[in-house]
This record gives sequence, C-alpha cells and structure tokens, in this order.
Amino acid sequence: MREITYAEAKVEALRDVMRADRRVCLIGSYFLGLSPRRVLLEDIRKEFPGRVFDPPISEGGVCGLAVGAAMAGLRPIVDVTTASFLFHGFPQVINEAANVRYMSGGQLSAPVVFHILHGLRGGGAAQHSHSPQAMLWNTPGLEIALPASPRDVKGLLAEAVHSDNPTIVVDHARLFEVKGEVPEELFSIPFGRAEVKRNGRDVTIVASSLMVQRALEAAGTAVAEGIDAEVVDLRTLVPLDKQTVLTSIAKTGRLVVVDECHRSCGVAAEIAALAAEEGFSQLKAPVKRVATLDVPVPFSQPLERYIEPTAEKILATIREIMR
Amino acid sequence: MTSELNQQEAMELLRTMLLIRRFEEGLIQTQKSGISIGHFHVYIGQECTGAAAIALLEPQDKIATTHRNHGHLLARGADPRRLYAEILGKAAGYNKGKGGTLHATVAGLGFLSTSALVGGAVPLAVGAGFAAKQLGERCVSVGFFGDGVLEEGVFFESLNMASLWKLPVVFMCENNSAGALGQSAGEYPGSTIATKQLIDVVAPFGVPASAVDGGDPRAVRDVTQQALARARNGGGPTFIEARTVRWPGSRPLWPELSTGETDVAFAWEPDRIPMAHRDWFANDGLIRYVRQLFDAKLANTKEILALDATVRADLAKAMRFAIEAPYPDPASALDDVFA
Ligand SMILES: Cc1ncc(C[n+]2csc(CCOP(=O)(O)OP(=O)(O)O)c2C)c(N)n1
Ligand SMILES: [Mg+2]
Repeated sequence: MREITYAEAKVEALRDVMRADRRVCLIGSYFLGLSPRRVLLEDIRKEFPGRVFDPPISEGGVCGLAVGAAMAGLRPIVDVTTASFLFHGFPQVINEAANVRYMSGGQLSAPVVFHILHGLRGGGAAQHSHSPQAMLWNTPGLEIALPASPRDVKGLLAEAVHSDNPTIVVDHARLFEVKGEVPEELFSIPFGRAEVKRNGRDVTIVASSLMVQRALEAAGTAVAEGIDAEVVDLRTLVPLDKQTVLTSIAKTGRLVVVDECHRSCGVAAEIAALAAEEGFSQLKAPVKRVATLDVPVPFSQPLERYIEPTAEKILATIREIMR
Repeated sequence: MTSELNQQEAMELLRTMLLIRRFEEGLIQTQKSGISIGHFHVYIGQECTGAAAIALLEPQDKIATTHRNHGHLLARGADPRRLYAEILGKAAGYNKGKGGTLHATVAGLGFLSTSALVGGAVPLAVGAGFAAKQLGERCVSVGFFGDGVLEEGVFFESLNMASLWKLPVVFMCENNSAGALGQSAGEYPGSTIATKQLIDVVAPFGVPASAVDGGDPRAVRDVTQQALARARNGGGPTFIEARTVRWPGSRPLWPELSTGETDVAFAWEPDRIPMAHRDWFANDGLIRYVRQLFDAKLANTKEILALDATVRADLAKAMRFAIEAPYPDPASALDDVFA
C-alpha cells in the first residue's frame, strides 16, 4: 500500500467526505494549523467553492451556528484550530451540543464535528497548549476521537462525519509529518475500537494521539533492555474500548498510561481506574501514569520539556514497573 | 483641552518609536538566525499609536494588552534586556520565561496579565477600571486590542458594563487590517466584520467613539488626551479606533523582514527607498513622523541619525544579554502556580 504523511491523509479525508456528501461543509480552515503543510487545504478550497468558510473570530457563535446547522440537516466540520480556543465555544459544545439528544428525549440530534489541535506545540505557552479531552470526556453526550497515525486520521475523520452524534476530533500538530500506509479509497474506522499498535508480553502502554508515537518510540528503545512492551492506542475515548485494554493487561500484568492531559483527572486517571476496577486481579504491579505535570504550560523550552510526557520519561517508567 | 508637544517630548516620542521598530527588527533577525521564540507578532507599523498614547499615562494607570504587546511594554518603559530575555525564554525575563512573547508583562509598570486570546484582555481592562472606581483611585485603565476583538462577543459584554457603570476605561482598538489579505489568502487574519467601520458598533452603547490615523502620533495624542480626561473626571469610557496599514512583513503567519531594515534617512531622501517598498514607507508612521520633525526644524538629520544609532547600539547589547542569559532551572516550571 502507498505511504503518505499524516497531513496528506487528513486533507484527503476532508476531500473525500466532501465529495461523498453534499451536506458536509468546513467552517474554519486551519486544519493543519500553522504548519507549512497548511497549503494542502488550498486544493479543498478550490474544489469546493462555497463550502469552505472563514468565519470571524467568534468561537462561541461559530460553534453554536454549527450545532444549529447540524440539527437542521447539515454535516458541518468546525475547525476551532488551537484546542485552547474551544473554551470560547464551550457553552455551545458542552451545554448545547452534548445535551440536545438526551434532553429532547431522543427527538433531536446534532451531527456536528469539532476539530481541535491539542497539546504542546513548542513555545505555545499557557494559552495555546491545552489538552481538553479529559474535560470533554467528563461531559456525557460527546464522542471523542484521537487519531495517532495517517491511516487513523483518515478513517476516524470519516467516521466522525458519518456519526449522528456531536464528535470532537482531537488532533495534534506534531503528528503531521508521521508517515504510514493509507488506503486510497474513503473508509471509516468504527468508533470504540482501540488498536494494538505494537505487540508485547511484558508491559502494556495505553496511549492516545501523539503519545502513541512517543510510546512506540519508548517501546522500541526498551527492546535493547530486554523489555517487550505492548502499545495500545485508544483511538476513541467515547466510546471506550475497555476490552482491548483489559485483554492486554491480562496478557502483560503491567500497565503504564501515557497522556498529554494534566495528571490530575486526566485520561490516564480514567484508564487507571478502569484497570483498578476491572483488571485488578491481573495486575502484578501498581499502575503508573506518565502525564503532563499539574501546572499551566510554561513558554521556555527547558520548562516545557520538564513538564511534558517524553519518550525518556515513558522509558524510565517502563523500567521502574519492570523492576 | 489638548496640548502641543514640546521639543523634548517630540524627541522622546521619536526615541520610543525607534526603540520599538529596532527592537522588533532585531527580533525577526534573531528568529531567522535559528533561535526559536515560537509564534510571535510584531508592532511594526503601529508604533505611533502605542508610543503616543502611553506617553500620556500616569504612573498609577493600568494597561491591558495582547499577543502584540512588545510595543506597549517598551513604550511604558520596560527594559529591553529583560523583554528580549523573556521572549527568548530566559530566567532574566520579566515572567521568568513562563510567558514568552505571547504573555510578556510587567506588573510594576501597571500591566495586567497579557492575554493572547482574542478578546481576553478587554474584560480585564474593564475590571481594572471597575476596581479603580470602587477604590476611589484616580486611575484610568487602557485596553489595547486588535480589530479582531470586535468579532468576539465578550467585547460587547465588556463595553456594555463599562458604559452602564461609567468606568474609567479607554478602549484602544488598533485596527491594522487595512491592506491585509486575510486568511482566505493563507495569510494572517484581517477584519471579518459586517459593519462598515468599527466605530459604528460602539455608538449605540452610548460610548463616545472616534477613529484616527494610527500612524499620526499627534492625532492619537489628541483623542487619547480627551479620553483620559473624560475617564479621570468620571465621564466614563471612550472607544478609539487607531487605523494603520498592515505592514507587509506582518501579512504572513510568521513575520518576515520583507521591507528590509528601516532606514530613517528615507524621511529626507525618499529616493533611497527601494521601488518595491515605496508604498509602504510613504505611509509608514515612523518615517512620516521623522519627516515632520525635520520639516518643523525640531531635529536635524544628524540628531536623528545619532538617536537611531544609540537606540540600535543599546538594543544590540540587550539582545546579546538575552542570548547569553541562562535558561531557568527546569524545576522552576513547578513554581508560581499559586500566590
Ligand atoms: C480566542 C482566540 N481565537 C483565535 C485566536 C488566534 N488568533 C491569534 S491572533 C488572531 C488575529 C487577531 O486579530 P486582531 O485582534 O485584529 O489582532 P492583531 O493581531 O491584528 O493585532 C487570531 C485569530 C486567538 N489567539 N484567540
Ligand atoms: Mg488586527
């Protein structure tokens, strides 16, 4: 199969869902952030005149407009750009989109997609570096997808558009240059199916988004030390594929959870709770978390590095749990 | 009500404008040389506004600013060495490297938190005005922000409260969208608002609003003086729209020194301006101001060149200081979370 970059796969997904479904439109156009790859979006702009919108800087209004449009028959994909800006849209995402199905007693649905770029991008500092997926996960009614490979971004984006629920696609600018095999045709990856990205016997590393790549890097290095780590990519938080996680724990008996959210109440905390509640008897060692430290994100490089979950920190944690 | 600049004030204003221009030209060159400072924004082309307005403030006054803050900080007297150090993420920086270009702030000079969220600083400025009124202080709060802020709902909420409660606030909207190509051209955003002009949306709130040429320091000075007097006398808020043309180097998402280093002699020898940049420098507030000083015989070319040379030499030293300054101790990342 052909190999392409993550950025190319992502743009291909947007193009293909727009070709396949006239109801899809893009509100916002920084799907590739500030990266040099952002020029790829120009092809979409050209191919779909009248279906790509550059909204005013009005996250609240834009998110709400998209929720309303989705309830009224469109399939909008909103690019909120930097995840930190989603907070300006929270009233509409959390209080409108997430609740509408339930509070209407199943009458209404809001099949809208919100796209955000989360996490540390290098020098983004406190107001441009959030990873809000755990906050979002604490809101029943939202589907949350976090691609980590070129194939996944194409398949998960397509599924997000097909889904009849409000979906947040939580992406990471540091994935754009990752290369991998991607089918040419439009395809969907069903939500709620984690993927074992690397098979191993000794320890399970559960991760999502960019942290999957970091976990794979650490697992690769650990081989030289005789440690065979398994890497499980959650791919979606809602719905959550508990079974794949529990099966892996049953096999290895050890769990390290890697997560770019802040440590307290992050994605890692929830996965650790799952292991404690449903996989306890399988565990040979206490669960360990590698997550962003509980401080706002600092600007300076050495400070940023200090708080971030790096491949070295993952490796050190693997060693510790194997001791 | 307004007063003319005397010669000393006129030269001081020029010094501030040159300081900002040279500071940021230096920054762009530093970034180009491979020192990473993250995504940043420069004030080139807008210097006249901040320099003229901030010169009028009293020590107790408060300022709120945005991602485009370097000019405001320098105009208020920030030490270029510590500002460069902050932008380079060094321990000697004002925020100890925690803020960088986006959040550089100097509390001791009356700055509130520098918010890089569009609209983020505007309610903070209104809040500082609210505090001043409650505390009975003769202090004015000036919020500097871009035209994009009028696209955010929080702007209207803030304006409404400032008007309802007659708060001592100056809304200083720096509209740099003239000549901008905007994001549909793959460039830095330009104004995306349905009103003909920005000030149109302010009038219904009962807040006096005026638009001025942001490249004309005297015009900025006049309207700001009136606004400050109104605020200090209990007359409530004022909205000022300072209009400037987008500097070509600020059109791309990452600033570029696309018009080259500014040569102050362009003011009296326009033939020296490279053909490609004639339009820009003909409009550039800094060059226009130098020409005014020169024409009014407030300064001769020698004095202007000497001032420029001093500013540049000081900034070269400041940049060297910042480059050589140590990074913070990595573990200091854990400090300063709570008071
Ligand atoms: C809430 C929010 N949305 C989007 C952004 C991304 N952004 C950064 S600067 C900018 C344009 C701001 O324009 P304006 O307010 O006119 O300020 P200027 O940069 O022109 O001075 C945008 C959209 C942001 N920082 N915050
Ligand atoms: Mg602007």
